[in-house]
Formats: sequence, C-alpha cells, structure tokens
Amino acid sequence: MFKHHAKLETNIFFLAVGILLTIVVGGLVEVVPLFSIESTIEKVDGVRPYSPLEQKGRDIYIREGCYNCHSQMIRPFKDEVERYGHYSLAAESKYDHPFQWGSKRTGPDLARVGGKYTDDWQVRHLVNPRDVVPGSIMPGYKHLLRPLDYSDVAADLKALRVVGVPYTDAQIANAKKDLEEQVFGDPAAKPAVAASYPKAHIGSASGKDKVTEMDALVAYLQVLGTMVDFSTVKPEAIRR
Amino acid sequence: MATIEKDSVSGQNTTGHEWDGIKELNTPLPKWWVYVFWATVLWAIGYWVAYPAWPLVNGYTKGTFGYSSRGELDNELAAQKKARSAWLSKIEASDVAAVEKDKDLLRYAMAGGKIAFNENCAPCHGVGGVGAFGYPSLADDEWLWGGALADIEQTIKFGVRNTNANARASEMPKFGADGLLKPEQITAVSDYVVSLASKAPAKGSAGETVYAENCAVCHADDGAGNKDLGAPALNNQIWLYKGTKDAIAAQIAKPKHGAMPAWSERLDASTVKMLAVYVHNLGGGK
Repeated sequence: MFKHHAKLETNIFFLAVGILLTIVVGGLVEVVPLFSIESTIEKVDGVRPYSPLEQKGRDIYIREGCYNCHSQMIRPFKDEVERYGHYSLAAESKYDHPFQWGSKRTGPDLARVGGKYTDDWQVRHLVNPRDVVPGSIMPGYKHLLRPLDYSDVAADLKALRVVGVPYTDAQIANAKKDLEEQVFGDPAAKPAVAASYPKAHIGSASGKDKVTEMDALVAYLQVLGTMVDFSTVKPEAIRR
Repeated sequence: MATIEKDSVSGQNTTGHEWDGIKELNTPLPKWWVYVFWATVLWAIGYWVAYPAWPLVNGYTKGTFGYSSRGELDNELAAQKKARSAWLSKIEASDVAAVEKDKDLLRYAMAGGKIAFNENCAPCHGVGGVGAFGYPSLADDEWLWGGALADIEQTIKFGVRNTNANARASEMPKFGADGLLKPEQITAVSDYVVSLASKAPAKGSAGETVYAENCAVCHADDGAGNKDLGAPALNNQIWLYKGTKDAIAAQIAKPKHGAMPAWSERLDASTVKMLAVYVHNLGGGK
C-alpha cells in the first residue's frame, strides 16, 4: 500500500482524484446530519414569533450588548433547573435570529426572566440597577427612556419572514398598530395584539406617553421563557 | 532516489531522505503508543454502540444504554425529590400554621424559604426583607395586605395587581389627575396626613374634612388603613413612597401602585409555603 502511495502523490491526476474524494466524504459527514436537523427541535405548543414590540426590544437587547453578560439558556443540570426553572428547549429559540444562548454569565441567565419581576422593577433596575440590587455591577440604561423609532418595524418582520419566521401577511400589515396597542392597549379589553401574539405582555412599562425603547425591552424581557406551558409537556417527549 | 540504509549507531533503518547530509531515522512508534491508539479506536466503536452517536434519516441511534442528558437530569431530580420528600411531603400535606408549629418542619422551612427568598423575592424586598422605595419592608410589623401567616401565603401565591384571577387588587383613585380634588384640597389633605403620621392630627383643619370625605373610607378615620383593601396605614412613619408633604401630594394626585407576581405560577406549593413561613418569621409576623 505504501509503495503505491508514492505513485498517488507524484501523479497529478490521481492526486486530484484523491483530494476530491477526501472533500466529498468530509463534506457529507458535515452536511448529511443537517438533513434531519428538524428532529432536534422538540414538538411543543406555544412558541410563536415575537410581537413587533418584543422584536424591537430584542433588537435593543442586542444593540446594548446584553448578551455580553447574560446567557439565555438554562442547561439541563440540577442546580440550574433549581434556580432558573425548566431547562431551555431548542424549540423555544427556533424563531430567534440570531439566538441568544451564550455562555458568558456575569449576570444571571435570562431565559425565563419573563414574569419574574414587575414592569416597575424592570424599569427601575434598568435605569439604575443599584436602586434595587445594592451589590449589582450592571451599568444603568437610563437612555432607554427615549422614544422608540419603530418606523421600520413592518420591514423587520418581513425580513425575518425571509429567514423562516412564519409571520402572516396580516401580522406584517398590522405591525405598527400591534406595536402601539401592546403599549397603550387595555389588557382587560383583550386587544387584537393579544390574539395575534398570545401571552404578549401588554402595558406601558415606562409610563411615558410615547412608546419608549424601555417599553420595547421590557416587553421582550417579560415574554422570555413564558411561551411554553411546561405543565402540559411530557418529559419523555423532549428527552434528547 | 532515496536509498534506505542501516544506521550503524542505533541499528535502525533510515527513511532514505537526505538533506545536506542529514538523514532521518525511521524509528517505529513505541509499542505502548500503538496499543493505546488501537484501544481508543476500539473504545470509540463500543461508544457508538452504547451511546447515542449516529444521525439517521429520522432521528439518531439511541445506543444500548438509552442515555440522554435530559433523561439523566430527570433521574437526578427524581432522586433529589425522594431525598427531600421526608420533609417536603410533610410540608405539602400540612397547612402553613401546622408547619410553623412543628419545630423540625419550621427549621427546614426557614432554611428552604431563605434560599427561595434570596433568589426570587430579595431583588425587590431586599435581603432579609428590609424593603426599598416602592417595595414594602417584610421585617417590620406594618403590613399592606395583612401579616398573618395565611395572609402572607395568599399574597405570595397570587400576588398583587397582576393577571392572576385571584390576585390582590385595589386601586386608589387619581384624585388630582382625574379632577376629583382641587389642588388646594390636595395640599390641605397632604398637610393633614403629615400631621396624622406624626400622631398629632390637625383637628378642625380643612384637610381633616377632605380626609373624612375622600380618604377615610379606605384608610380609616384614624388612618389605621384597611388590610382587606391593601390601604396602607397613614398614622405612622412607615412609607412606601416617602412621607414628605410633596411625596404625599404626588401620591394623592396620581397614585403609584405596586405590583407583585403570582408566585404559585412559578414555584411549587411547598416552596410557597416555606416562603410564607420564612417571611412570617422575618420579624413582623402577626
């Protein structure tokens, strides 16, 4: 075999064929598993695309670099589950572009922070974390109290649809209206945005008369990890 | 072309390559290394069989051990639950009052309650329940919704002013913003509340009349408050949003309302009970 190897290495034709075969095998090994990638996403109910306001809040989350200190993935370990709640599922971030799993935890994991604190707490904590958590080293984000620019929100949803987030035509057409309604609507009156995006957190967190960046970010934080109702999920069905 | 020769010093063959008179020995790999290499290859094959390994068209090979990291977690959690069940099942079966009476259960609940409190409650109420601006202290004997054990459990379970159907809810009217009181009336009644708080109510003042007509129905004539309505006492120096005249006037004009999540939606029943016992024993329990 080793004798023939010299021939293989010194003949340009055989060498080229050998290289091609190597690349083909290596490529298949990497590509073929992706054909069944869908099977890695658990089949659970409740995960929906982000509402326009939440999506804007997500953009702010990324713009401000929250992911530098906060992960959004509860790993399947005992201590994490005890502290943060049910471990994160792949299905829960299937509409995230890009996902915010992360591994850097200067602050706590935020995968299930939705509903854990009140809007008032979130706003005060974001304005000056030391006001509510004396030992915190998180910077303040007071500037988020400025008005939110959401002129392009319909285009945002449209772009996300291109990469596979199933926004409907109606959702894209109503994007602006839904965004405003999520801030200024009355939760008791069951506004349309709540029907279109179940469990959307309705209300003005900052209490300003315009939609602020704070409202968007808090709406996003308040929906994190709340979409799946784990009391209806069988543990065997999501085991991997 | 390469000529392989025997090296006279080491007795090994050379590779036949030569660079400027320097030749390379073709020393075989050490035996131990070769054996370890083949052992790891065999180990890998065993691993493929025993553990999840190969992707298939629909799914993947599960392995003879049936291992999954999430399954392992489920087992660990089940084992932990079993280890704790000696205590937790008792706490779950008995009501909070019984937990507090049983010395051992109380000790367990205080330890478990402290951990849950520091993770879930301390961000607002502070470590040890000291409270903060807008978030009531849980370590004193002044309570918004009642300081009896059952009241505390109810508040933790369903929260305050949230979307839970059983949440405690009440709303003070916007006396200023909705024009229910004139600005001078608000000033007068703020003065009266300041006097009420220092235990020297200004009898016969204009503020007293405004108070009696608008505020007393919830906060009581003597300012003792009403725990059923979550109306705080005004006859002491404990304030949720500061006790200066300006702060009181602002609260009358356009009140701020605190809120609290319904913790039964996030925590299990025994944790809520342990929290209730812990909070009740922070210092101010009734």
